[in-house]
Amino acid sequence: MDVPARLAPFFARRGWSLHPHQAEMLARSDEAALLLIAPTGAGKTLAGFLPTLSELAEDPRPGLHTLYVSPLKALATDIRRNLLAPVEDLDLPIRIEDRTGDTSQSARRRQRADPPHILLTTPESLALLLSYEDAPKIFGSLSRVVVDEIHALAESKRGDQLFLSLSRLDALAPGLRRVGLSATVDDPEEIAHLLARNPKPCAILYADPGERPDLSMLDAGRAPPWAGGAALHAIPAVLEQVRRHRTTLIFHNTRAQAEVFFHNLWLQNDEGLPIAIHHGSLSREQRQNVEAAMLRGDLKAIVCTGTLDLGIDWGDVDLVIQMGGPKYVKRLVQRIGRANHRAGVPSKAILVPANRFEVLECTCAIDAALENDLDGTPRGSGPLDVLCQHILIRACAGPFAADDLYAEIRTVGGYTDLSRAAFDDCLEFCATGGYALRAYDRWKRLMLRDGVWQLRDPRAAKRIRMNIGTIEDSGSLSVRLRSGTHLGEIEEYFASTLTPGDTFLIGGQVVRFEGLKEMTVEVTRRPDSNPRVASFGGGKFPTSVALTRRILDLLQRPSWPELPRHTAEWLGLQRRFSKLPQAERMLVETFEAEERWHAVFWGFAGWNAHQTLGLLLTHRMEQRDLDPLGFVATDYALLITGLRELEDPASLLGPRDIREGFETWLQSNAVMKRTFRGVATIAGLIEKNLPGSRKTGRQATFSTDILYDTLVKYDPDHLLLRVTREQAQHGLVDFGRIEEMLSRIQGRVDHVRPARVTPLAAPLLLERGRVPVAGAARERLMAEQAARLLEEAGIEAL
Amino acid sequence: MNGTAFSFTLNGTGCLALPSGALFVPSEDLLCVSDLHMAKSERMARRRGIMLPPYETRATLDRLGQDIATTKPRCVVALGDSFDDLAASEALDPEDRDRLLTLQEGRRWVWIEGNHDAGRNAHGGEGGECLAVAGLTFRHIATTEPTPGEVSGHYHPKFGLPGFHERRPCFVVDARRLVLPAYGTYTGGLDAREPVLRTLFADRALAVLTGPRALPVPLPTARPLSRRA
Repeated sequence: MDVPARLAPFFARRGWSLHPHQAEMLARSDEAALLLIAPTGAGKTLAGFLPTLSELAEDPRPGLHTLYVSPLKALATDIRRNLLAPVEDLDLPIRIEDRTGDTSQSARRRQRADPPHILLTTPESLALLLSYEDAPKIFGSLSRVVVDEIHALAESKRGDQLFLSLSRLDALAPGLRRVGLSATVDDPEEIAHLLARNPKPCAILYADPGERPDLSMLDAGRAPPWAGGAALHAIPAVLEQVRRHRTTLIFHNTRAQAEVFFHNLWLQNDEGLPIAIHHGSLSREQRQNVEAAMLRGDLKAIVCTGTLDLGIDWGDVDLVIQMGGPKYVKRLVQRIGRANHRAGVPSKAILVPANRFEVLECTCAIDAALENDLDGTPRGSGPLDVLCQHILIRACAGPFAADDLYAEIRTVGGYTDLSRAAFDDCLEFCATGGYALRAYDRWKRLMLRDGVWQLRDPRAAKRIRMNIGTIEDSGSLSVRLRSGTHLGEIEEYFASTLTPGDTFLIGGQVVRFEGLKEMTVEVTRRPDSNPRVASFGGGKFPTSVALTRRILDLLQRPSWPELPRHTAEWLGLQRRFSKLPQAERMLVETFEAEERWHAVFWGFAGWNAHQTLGLLLTHRMEQRDLDPLGFVATDYALLITGLRELEDPASLLGPRDIREGFETWLQSNAVMKRTFRGVATIAGLIEKNLPGSRKTGRQATFSTDILYDTLVKYDPDHLLLRVTREQAQHGLVDFGRIEEMLSRIQGRVDHVRPARVTPLAAPLLLERGRVPVAGAARERLMAEQAARLLEEAGIEAL
Repeated sequence: MNGTAFSFTLNGTGCLALPSGALFVPSEDLLCVSDLHMAKSERMARRRGIMLPPYETRATLDRLGQDIATTKPRCVVALGDSFDDLAASEALDPEDRDRLLTLQEGRRWVWIEGNHDAGRNAHGGEGGECLAVAGLTFRHIATTEPTPGEVSGHYHPKFGLPGFHERRPCFVVDARRLVLPAYGTYTGGLDAREPVLRTLFADRALAVLTGPRALPVPLPTARPLSRRA
């Protein structure tokens, strides 16, 4: 298909022609659901919008025509700018506006009364729009919805919420066409299933995958350190690469690592190369300043995290550096695409392993990326906490019949198998809390009147709207200078460990903690050579199952000519003194070092699952008086430290015992409570901590841990506990990965008892983040410290 | 309870801080608990439309029942904010109501009024703004002028040991006065170092942490949490 006549002059003036996939998107614009899979830089977004521009150019009738949804606010703004180019160039009577959390109140009101032709928004802002009583009026004329970066949304509850919202849009605008734009993924069918109005199908369209990327591992001139994730040894080599390229994006896996690297990078940046930092915990002003400087071409490099993974067109980036193991091949491929954001030029990326293990991970990730062997994250069916929120949002918009809503929800990919009983449980939870003790008959939130459900008190709608969204807030506090300048946010937990005078890094500067003032962390600027590393929240992803498998395969090769010599020799030594881990067996090494006994379980199940396994195994050891002191988890192994040798590790690894530990003892652990907090907030049991809504005196608020403990004791079958247990299969608890490991090893345990620490295990002894074992030993330590403090203070009695 | 409780003297009267957060005065066979905040979930539902698990009264009475069974007091003093408000006290679940009356059988029961539950509730016992017994004065909120032997609640103090990353509800005590931790299940806490609380006490003061055992630790001396540079 050719460029539509009305748009042709714009294409002609720019010397553009249509890519084949763009032409096909135009030709098939009538299809009810269409998913486009295209690499970064292939003109995906234009492909999504061409049918809209063409239709509106022919018939600019008033009312909302196309809704564009993306995971990032910044993307909505960016796309608006790009769309305005043809519209202004051709003088088309098309109104394009964005609507995000940053849009002013007056603009929002106007948009509801008089919607633009094209509205650009986020899943949360869309859910909010759908909660208004005038939603039928706003969306009645809607003809197309375009979901950008659908692969990123599909991985999270934000996607589940969005797909539920699409089912609502369908009801308001029959005949609505759905379009999804996705990066290259391992399982396009799964995303098509989510985009489809089930049971109707969704067609998939593939763009040309483009040039093979230019991938390599950084030669830092010396071996990386044994452990740690900062990769500071590579700074001179990274600076050299930055110097040699026009613009470089330096990706880190966590915000804390980005801060540490950036701080140290500047200490060595003798030439003063313009390099900035960008991550999700920095203030909006600071991020916008960096983005603007980037667009102007003022920066040589940005140290960043996943917030720059998606969409925004940075134009001139010609090198991507990935610091540390990429964890997911899929994510690596998407990051690589940030460089040479144009079709026809190969993207260039350099991987920088931060330690010896990451040399293995980077090697395997490069192979996988070149073979386009992407890893998937299996997700179960649609989560019920998101469904509860959807029901509440529906109730805000007006009365509804349960049968209608149930039918609507069953068209959503994640909920096609939702039973009526499960739906009714969610509805009951929204109405009365769903407790075995029916305490809220007078104060129920929803009530059934004349066969339709509605809010008992319409004023409740305001509170429900304030709580819309599924992004988990890990409890963060704002950091401000005394002058009032907002610097960013740190985790509440980290803030609670600060005492006045402590220094920490944020946004690349060292600040001194002065005090807490009304839930704000007050700081002053203060250079210090040894600042602490703040925790910023943001996820810590475990290495994917597929990438782990590749590493295990690599370990089993007879020799490793493809690896750097230091790493190949290291593996050779391990083979000589112990064994190399295998996929189908569990290698356990026990040895004495530094006057402690250590047991290393080479589980290769990812950080989260090893953390959970550590809790379960040390608990069993404590029960058997084996005196565990603590453990350290990495993506590859679990190291348990104790006072005695673990003589029979196989006896700890019985699948039945581990599962029983998960069902019983683990339920009272902090990781479950944290999972519950997310579930309870999304489902609407508790309210998000909104800025300004929190009391300054803390008496009034209490922890959700208490709610969890109370439910476990008095209402163990409550819906939200069932949802919490279900979600513990993934995410923080990741029990599903433990199951995957158990089914791999089938009870085959190799116990090796070397005379001293093995080459492979040595880095684990240097890892930070040791988890102490709770229990009798901890209480004893607390009592000892309390006695010591009393003695120091000279207080024996009052 | 000996061995797990912390024993101290206030205005000449021997006292035991129990690990549960209750105070026991052996010479009077008196048990004192503060800030029960019963029926908080009902008030939250009524006022804010939030439906928390409605089991906090039951959970609080379960723990109080255990302390009563262990100490067998002749007198129980509830030190104010026993109910989240008076309307909540009226809406108590019948089972919880009966449970409360059973606990009162055979002993004196005093409801001290708090800021949440000022006035008289309909759950037996006697009421009042303060009570003086054996050199101790029980009231809900500490007065600014130090009364020797003053026992109060209201602040929900919490404190943690350096390095353990965990704050627990605690008693705060010096030679003159005592502030009890909140006993209710649905209660949060205020850091005992916060000036509004810390300045009530002399430099030499103790926080007694609740938990598996009552754990006394010195409370850092009062200093402003923020200081002008």
